[in-house]
Amino acid sequence: MKILLIDDSKTMRNIQKSVLKQLGYTEIEEACDGQDALSKVGAFQPDLCLVDWNMPVMDGLTFVKNFRQNDKNTPLIMVTTEAEKSRVIEAIKAGVNNYVVKPFTPDLLSERITETLAKCSIGS
Amino acid sequence: MDASMISPFVSAIQNVFSTMFQLPVEVGEPKIKSGHKSTHDVSGIIGVSGEMTGTIVLSMPSDAASSIVALLAGMEFDVESADFADAVGELVNMISGNAKAEFQRRDVSISCPSVVIGSGHTIAVPSGTPCVMIPCTTDCGEVVLEVALRETEAATTQSSTAAA
Repeated sequence: MKILLIDDSKTMRNIQKSVLKQLGYTEIEEACDGQDALSKVGAFQPDLCLVDWNMPVMDGLTFVKNFRQNDKNTPLIMVTTEAEKSRVIEAIKAGVNNYVVKPFTPDLLSERITETLAKCSIGS
Repeated sequence: MDASMISPFVSAIQNVFSTMFQLPVEVGEPKIKSGHKSTHDVSGIIGVSGEMTGTIVLSMPSDAASSIVALLAGMEFDVESADFADAVGELVNMISGNAKAEFQRRDVSISCPSVVIGSGHTIAVPSGTPCVMIPCTTDCGEVVLEVALRETEAATTQSSTAAA
């Protein structure tokens, strides 16, 4: 299971990485913005992406729209401080499969990851 | 600035600190800040735009900031390191985003965070915008959340139209 973490904050990527490692996922690649992520998806071929919304250079929503032009299946989870209902709807319309609002507990993030992978029928 | 603009920030700092690292926050009486000099040495800053404009600052003494960052990141960082600034930025980002969600029916955007470290730095807020200081006590030390926000003309026009 290959997971791509896309967040401009290294602190947040480390927090997510530690949750993923507890779940047994160790094949993790990191990107610091949407453009960096787009440049890595071809070689890395992720099975799941966790993507922040507010990032410099290219935000998460733009990444999702770009990514979905070529890949309709890989599950995407938006992990963001954007908590308004309108934003959640906007992200889902763009193609995210699940949504986690920061701040989150490790348990909540684990739950959403497991739920998303089960929904998209991807085993570990 | 009325109380409805402040209470989301009180809930937000308590929610972020308790959810991310189980640190209770006791909130004191908010007061208006005078002058632009930073309250403490470490400032995490977020800009707000849209139907509200201004800045949100999480101001912390270095010692308190070091302890809080260590709780968030799970390790200690040098105050002058990029990792330390990154963690402070993420904290103010989560607090601001959490509070923003409470501003119902207002189209508001927040910037990516900036972090300034050093004693006596100044943070300018737009003229005519009062800055409210929310003092907070934690087991890691005192921190202050400074909120300088005002509604823009777009918001005022929209609420007059809705009322008409």
